[in-house]
Amino acid sequence: MKQYAYYPGCALSPEGFGKAFDWSTRAVNKVLDIEFKEIPDWNCCGSVPYDTLHEVASFAVCARNLALAEKIGGDVVAPCSSCYVFLSRTNQYLKQYPEIKKQVDAALAAGGLEYHGNARVRKVLDVYVRDVGYDAIAAKVKKSLGGLKVACYYGCQEVRPIFGQDHPEFPRYMDKLVNALGAEATPFPLKSRCCGGSLIISEEAASLDLIKKLLDSAIGGGADVMVTGCPLCQLNVDAYQSMVNRKYKTNYKLPVLFFTQLMGVAFGLEEKDLGLKTSIVPAGKALAKYK
Amino acid sequence: METEVKDKSLVDEISAIPGGEGIKVCMQCGTCTASCPNADLMDHAPSELIAMIRAGMREEVLASNAPWLCLSCYLCVVRCPRDIKITRLMHVLESLAEKSGAGSKHTTTPVMYKGFNTFIATRGRISELWLMMRYYFQTNPFKAIKMIPVALGLFTHQRVSLKIDKISPEGIKQLQAIIKKAESPGGAS
Repeated sequence: MKQYAYYPGCALSPEGFGKAFDWSTRAVNKVLDIEFKEIPDWNCCGSVPYDTLHEVASFAVCARNLALAEKIGGDVVAPCSSCYVFLSRTNQYLKQYPEIKKQVDAALAAGGLEYHGNARVRKVLDVYVRDVGYDAIAAKVKKSLGGLKVACYYGCQEVRPIFGQDHPEFPRYMDKLVNALGAEATPFPLKSRCCGGSLIISEEAASLDLIKKLLDSAIGGGADVMVTGCPLCQLNVDAYQSMVNRKYKTNYKLPVLFFTQLMGVAFGLEEKDLGLKTSIVPAGKALAKYK
Repeated sequence: METEVKDKSLVDEISAIPGGEGIKVCMQCGTCTASCPNADLMDHAPSELIAMIRAGMREEVLASNAPWLCLSCYLCVVRCPRDIKITRLMHVLESLAEKSGAGSKHTTTPVMYKGFNTFIATRGRISELWLMMRYYFQTNPFKAIKMIPVALGLFTHQRVSLKIDKISPEGIKQLQAIIKKAESPGGAS
């Protein structure tokens, strides 16, 4: 059984909006025979807000997690795209800027920790397609998703800035995964465009406009459902879809799932273990054939 | 003709910050601006902002709403022919604007960011729900009413809990010690 250090991040914590991503990932891991060992007492990555507050501290809050992960060993899996970018960026800056490394090391020492730079940060999708592989995933499919049309929504930070995942503007590795489940990945020109991220709170009008463009693009490609690997993308396109409909007098009803939930359906796992009912736009009708 | 540079220290100050050094090699091709989903809403587009930094327009740069509209989508970064870390530059400008107190008056994003940071400093983790509620109460409580349908959707689908996640008392003590040291002048002193 292959092991990884697991950094759920706030969105996937038991109190987070994206907990179904955590549940479905754990359920799928059992089928794929891999284990995510949660980093004990991990803290928030700080994301953009902390970066605007204090530069060195923003690297130090990430480095605490990396230092704790290093004790577990192996790669670190950060499902949330923002966590992934900020933890990866910390590794990058610690290597590139000796002055930052010196200050971060001193900060960690004040907490009795040290970090040696060995915790490579990865995304769930990357682990599944590169370490497990499409064929091994296809071999676990119990209910092929034939006929299901799926828009694969990568969002921004799954593929940007470049940490070696896939093409930064036209990625295909989630599309290939969806095809391995028997479903059909549909054309989705805006698949790596922004959903508004956390600015949905403070710049709502601009973000709703971005979400509407995504829905137009996905539905224009013929999608029955959208899948994503980012909790913020899922939240924005799912929970704010009704606001988009009110604002633009549209009638979108596109379910937005985590790709791990779709894997779980194809693997024949229990609905409750995948958290399918946590989707606000119901996915039941689109998935009825595959239960 | 000699070009007037209002404040020569601005370029040096920003390019000395890791990630900010790229402003010196920008060739003003405008690819970042053309790629930005929010450029239309910015008083000064990203490439324009870099030109303004080089012209030493400190006050205008720090009062710009542009950095606060950056979505951190990194589209400009992967397209920049000079490998400038524009997203990081935007965060650097947000940080300088906050420190100077001269930040944009046309954005409430700093209020949201401050709420976020308060959660980290006190609990080590964020509650998305409480972060949103805090923001609406601090900026426009009536807005919270408009958000009821979204909140109801989240509640009825078991997405939300009123509980706020936090790390252990030892963990928070450790995190606070790390932050305190990192924020001390010089950091490594």
